[in-house]
Amino acid sequence: MRKYIIKRLLQSVFLLVLVAFIIYVLMRCLPTSYLEEVARQKSMQPGSKSFEEWMQQLSATYGMDKGIIQGFLGWCGRALRGDFGDSWKWTVPVVDKFKDAVWISFIMGGIAFLLEIIIAIPLGIIAATKQYSKTDYTITIVALACFSLPTFFFASLLKLLFSVRLGWFDLGGLIGRNYEQLSAAGQIADKAHHLVLPIITLVVINIGYLMRYTRTNMLEVLNADYIRTARAKGLSERKVIYHHAFRNTLIPLVTMLGASLPGLFSGALITETLYSIPGIGYVSYQSMVSGDIPFSMFYLVFLAILTLLGNLISDILYAVVDPRVRIA
Amino acid sequence: MNDNMENKDQKAQAEYSLNDDRRVRTLSPGALVVRRFLRNRVAVTGLIILIIMFLFSFVGGSITPYREDQLFYRTTQQKKQYAAVKENTEFRYVTATKDSFPSVAQAKFVIARKTGKPSFEGKKGTTYTYEEIGEDFCVIYGDGMEEPVAFATYDTVSSVTSDGEVSFNLQCEILEALAAGEDGFTLGGVEYTVAEDGSVYKGTEEVAYASRFIVQAIMNDVFLTRAFKEELVTSIQDGNMDFVFTDEDGTEAEYTVSYDAASKSYAVMQTVETKIFDTYASPSKEHWLGTDRNGMDMLTRLMYGGRVSLYIGFIVVIIETVLGVILGGLSGYCGGWVDGLIMRIVDVFYCVPSMPIIIILGAAMDAMRMDPQIRMFYLMLILGFLGWPSVARLVRGQILSLREQEFMTAAEATGIRASRRIFRHLIPNVIPQLIVTMTMSLGSTIITEATLSFLGLGVKFPFASWGNIINDVNDTYVLTNFWFIWIPAGICLLATVLAFNLVGDGLRDAFDPKMKR
Repeated sequence: MRKYIIKRLLQSVFLLVLVAFIIYVLMRCLPTSYLEEVARQKSMQPGSKSFEEWMQQLSATYGMDKGIIQGFLGWCGRALRGDFGDSWKWTVPVVDKFKDAVWISFIMGGIAFLLEIIIAIPLGIIAATKQYSKTDYTITIVALACFSLPTFFFASLLKLLFSVRLGWFDLGGLIGRNYEQLSAAGQIADKAHHLVLPIITLVVINIGYLMRYTRTNMLEVLNADYIRTARAKGLSERKVIYHHAFRNTLIPLVTMLGASLPGLFSGALITETLYSIPGIGYVSYQSMVSGDIPFSMFYLVFLAILTLLGNLISDILYAVVDPRVRIA
Repeated sequence: MNDNMENKDQKAQAEYSLNDDRRVRTLSPGALVVRRFLRNRVAVTGLIILIIMFLFSFVGGSITPYREDQLFYRTTQQKKQYAAVKENTEFRYVTATKDSFPSVAQAKFVIARKTGKPSFEGKKGTTYTYEEIGEDFCVIYGDGMEEPVAFATYDTVSSVTSDGEVSFNLQCEILEALAAGEDGFTLGGVEYTVAEDGSVYKGTEEVAYASRFIVQAIMNDVFLTRAFKEELVTSIQDGNMDFVFTDEDGTEAEYTVSYDAASKSYAVMQTVETKIFDTYASPSKEHWLGTDRNGMDMLTRLMYGGRVSLYIGFIVVIIETVLGVILGGLSGYCGGWVDGLIMRIVDVFYCVPSMPIIIILGAAMDAMRMDPQIRMFYLMLILGFLGWPSVARLVRGQILSLREQEFMTAAEATGIRASRRIFRHLIPNVIPQLIVTMTMSLGSTIITEATLSFLGLGVKFPFASWGNIINDVNDTYVLTNFWFIWIPAGICLLATVLAFNLVGDGLRDAFDPKMKR
């Protein structure tokens, strides 16, 4: 087991370096950049240096004048020491901005994740046990509808209904207008209030997949021989489903959920952008759109690490949860 | 009796006959799949929605009377600054030549007149004398000169024609005559008559007129006729703030007058019919879903948007399927280092976060101001290129399991070519899975494209796509007031994607021979 994990870790590191290099090349090859934008603005100011001179100075400052390979090695070296450079857009170290933004994303994602599990798994099981009934059809269609719902459309509908018509929530942002005047508890409540709509959006958008996944796996288990045996023994349907079937469904479920745990840190890019929640998703969206190379680079590599971590967790969990799986 | 026997015989014969009508009907696997699919009511609903959406987008676009980028206008009454009216309440100076009576001298004149002195000194020591002809008309003479250098007046003299000019001397004579209450004068051997209302005639022809009100047009190319000025002034004096004037051609125009206390003048606004873009018009008979931000017909945009969304969906899915089948097939069939290499590439692609990459590329294309059409092609290529790894994985997995089955051993034993083994025996067995995945990924591609267009990084104006139609909702005013702009597009999007997913789901069940129903 340990050998396997070490082998997988080494593989992951190799993959990560490769992915980081691809991302770096991509960022460097982008035809226009934040640099040109800044240089253009600076050269517009009266009595300023010319655009070319600014360009030279800026690329030297930001280390863009080296070759791609050299630049990448330099980046890797600094990244290993935890120095990802300064964000061009936010004008603070990338890591600082990241630390600022990531927790709100994590809290939002975590609450949504728990709600998804609580709602989707029971519904998936009900749909599977009553296959081809009206309940099953309803749940399947609802799941597919959630799955097919474009995030931005759903978010707009929620905004129209709850923010505009009913006036229960603000249209966007994390804090209200009188946030500064509130007590500590009031400030938390204010933030929680602003997170309600984003969390609903996240839950509804993601719930469909989990529901279908549960149903498919449950159906597979229900067709297995040991379920027939359990029924033949004369066990109650309750016992068959919750003791024999559900426990076996848990194997793929736990694996899948475990694999999506790292994803909680990645932020919900679209949802956060729609509600202007200053989480990691929204912050990196703004950075990416404005061509902030250090931040985008950091964010993309961070996402790659999360994906690799997810794969690793899922493989390990698979072995841990399912005693039939033995890893040499 | 005999008959009866014969009958029985025939019956028995019918029972054991092997005629065509007695055959058990067999169905091909394809027909079975179709049957199973058609029995699934939900999937058929999805199929119907899809057909409707296709008709709506592809046929609807040709039926609609409007073009995709046709602009509509409406006319509104807009008020435009037309003229300014000012009643003269202080002296205006008209000088013989440009510098004959400078402003310092003008100020001195006012003081001299107030204090009752008959003469005053200008700037350069020039002495001026003045002659007060009436309450509001004075003629100013230079130092010992016969001819006046300037005159100060409340009234102004204007020519009757647009290009005519009234000479200084003539102005002076007219005003003098008016101030003195005379009804005529002679200048340069020509006799002029002055009427009481200020009109000046040369013989019987009217040449000029004097008036207390100064009416000036705001636009240089507008000439205000005397009739207009007079009617306007009368109207203002009567205290009317609305004024209708019919000119010589019989065209009637409406004007609104407003008084500006700061400049002590009246501003005259002409109400003109102006053509403007018919933006955000409510649904009506001509525009069933109203018009959008640019004044284009919403329903037509929706149809063309559907075309774009479906085109992009299909092309992207075709790209990723072709790439995925070739690479996945190679990987699965060849095994060994080819498999290892391709699977590592797939791993890398899985690891690269696709949405951020697309956003970055979109922003870069924005900065390059790329042509919208070329941009659309790039978008398809990027989406297709980022999507193939999952297809490759699926195909590889299928081929790996199929390769070990008996029918493949049998195929190999018959000694047929490798290419035939792949294309006749392996690929057809992968196709059911592939079709299901393709249908599902059509839906998700359409959502991805719409999300990008919504963020303004996908399909760009002038092309419509369901995503960039909803983009307008970023403006809170539109979100609140114009439901017809974004809700229909959202519903189209939802219905299409849902339908693709329902059909994919139905196909999955239909292809599964183990299905109980």
